[in-house]
Amino acid sequence: MSTPSRVGEQPLVKWSLISIALFFVTILLIIPLLSIFQQAFASGLATYFDNLSEPDTLHAIGLTLIVALLTVPVNLVFGVMLAWAVTRFEFIGRKFLITLIDIPFAVSPVVAGLLYLLLYGSNGWIGEWLYEHDLQVMFAWPGIVLVTVFVTCPFVARELIPLMQQQGRSDEEAAVILGASWWQLFRRVTLPNIKWALIYGVILTNARAVGEFGAVAVVSGNIRGETNTLPLHVQLLYEDYQSEAAFASASLLAFIALLTLILKAFVEWRQERNHINEQDQQGEL
Amino acid sequence: MSIRLDNISKQFGKFEALSPLSLDINNGEMIGLLGPSGSGKTTLLRIIAGLENANTGTIHFGDHDVTNVHVRERRVGFVFQNYALFRHMTVADNVAFGLQVMERALRPSPAEMSKRVKQLLEIVQLGHLAARYPEQLSGGQKQRIALARALATKPEVLLLDEPFGALDAKVRKDLRRWLRNLHDELGFTSVFVTHDQDEALELSDRVVVMSNGKIEQVDSPVELYAHPNSRFVFDFFGNVNQFKANWNNKHWQNGNAFILPPVAEATQKNGYLYVRSHELSLSKKANSQASLPCKVVAINPVGAEVRVELSPIGWDTTELWEAKLTHQVLNEQSFSRGDEVYATPQVGYFFADGVRGEPIILRWPFLAPGHLMFDI
Repeated sequence: MSTPSRVGEQPLVKWSLISIALFFVTILLIIPLLSIFQQAFASGLATYFDNLSEPDTLHAIGLTLIVALLTVPVNLVFGVMLAWAVTRFEFIGRKFLITLIDIPFAVSPVVAGLLYLLLYGSNGWIGEWLYEHDLQVMFAWPGIVLVTVFVTCPFVARELIPLMQQQGRSDEEAAVILGASWWQLFRRVTLPNIKWALIYGVILTNARAVGEFGAVAVVSGNIRGETNTLPLHVQLLYEDYQSEAAFASASLLAFIALLTLILKAFVEWRQERNHINEQDQQGEL
Repeated sequence: MSIRLDNISKQFGKFEALSPLSLDINNGEMIGLLGPSGSGKTTLLRIIAGLENANTGTIHFGDHDVTNVHVRERRVGFVFQNYALFRHMTVADNVAFGLQVMERALRPSPAEMSKRVKQLLEIVQLGHLAARYPEQLSGGQKQRIALARALATKPEVLLLDEPFGALDAKVRKDLRRWLRNLHDELGFTSVFVTHDQDEALELSDRVVVMSNGKIEQVDSPVELYAHPNSRFVFDFFGNVNQFKANWNNKHWQNGNAFILPPVAEATQKNGYLYVRSHELSLSKKANSQASLPCKVVAINPVGAEVRVELSPIGWDTTELWEAKLTHQVLNEQSFSRGDEVYATPQVGYFFADGVRGEPIILRWPFLAPGHLMFDI
């Protein structure tokens, strides 16, 4: 006795689709990820930590962390301001601005890197002025931060805009009528309302900032121990036939990725819970 | 606190949300802004609050010109249509918000603050919910918390945007009465927006009827009912039947229906005759002063009255007609669905085409000149 199945729910179709999906996920995602760790630990734990404590590797880890540490706050502030501007004010070109935010997603990172190289390099408009004032941007850490900021700038704004649009401005209006100053309004009303979306945006920004390769490769100059970030370092090591060291560094990136996924799942769960509560609230009215 | 609006207008781009209008609201009055959506009533409320700036005109609270005073400094209480409770704060924190954000010099001490919050929650009869979050409250409870929050800073002006719009009928009725009592007790000046005429009539000292960014009429509920001064107001208050009257030198004609107006001159024109549904009688045959053949479409007993829906036979109306009869009358006449009946107005309100202002009130049956007895 089988219960009547819903439309399109034939066991054969259902199970073959699920198996195909599982198969591809396994060979495309899971096995490669596991093999990184397998390669990294091939000669045991001691070698693994030896590889990671190479001075150049340590420097790459440090530089990557600094880049992320500078990029995330910049894009956090920028993203909030941008989302606020396009959801709380009416102005000509508002829709156009929302589209512009996506440019970094649409442009290949290598192209972005080249653009910055042209602009800030010693022959570029801004680069010449910088050169005269003895400021090194390209082939140094400021350039790396600059392109990373460019590549990751949509994440926070993209998360906030739909949420802030949906929430509307009546909470903020209520706070102002009750006498709140701008800062009180932001800290006590707006920020708690967008908290989880903001955290989600920051996690994505951070993941991308740590892992960015293309744009950084163009502007960094790949100077070992000076302008090498972790992703670039992995490639350098691999090209030097130090594959085990390369995989050790790569395993760090993979570890950060896994951590990001876990955090992302948690924040998504929190957001969903908030959202369901809100819907309940609306359903009651 | 009295409120004086003078020559206020508002444009959104090319759309004229409010044509220049003026309005005086007395101290302690409760005013209902009534109109269909898009009539500008919410915009007017937001201008009084300071959430929008008017393009022209001035606003005075008492003798104080507040036209250019920021929302934050206007110190009005405002209740939003969706309540706009802060979802991450408890009920007590929501109510305390207005006190917590005060300048340090004016801010009450924590002890005073919690005393005031407790007091406010008692006023709205929800003291037991202080530790709850907004999402755990029902619509009516949220409404009352929003009100308590608005009253925390002791505003002298309370503004409410569709205060009962999202509540079910029973809760709405209770809350209405409760709000009216609270208003009388605390003595602030209230302005509320609504699209529900019952609500406006029940709550307000005076009703401001608006359409298309203009004020149509400002009057007490009783006056408004007795002397609506335009077709719009009449239409808006509903329960009214419309007869497009074409004067043909003998009587008003519309298809094969006619009505003979009792007054000469002023009524011998084209126009519209409005008949309230409880001022309409039905009979099985026509008479010499009115012949409005109709078919009975539905008979709905509602409480003490019976609503009879009528579809015109051989004449035009935009909507079905309705007659409200007592059970007694209906029993005597014993109509049933599908019957053909003739409607006769007892009282009619005539708006002549091209003439503004109050309608001419007419009564039937009347003694026609040269007759010694009623012809009906």
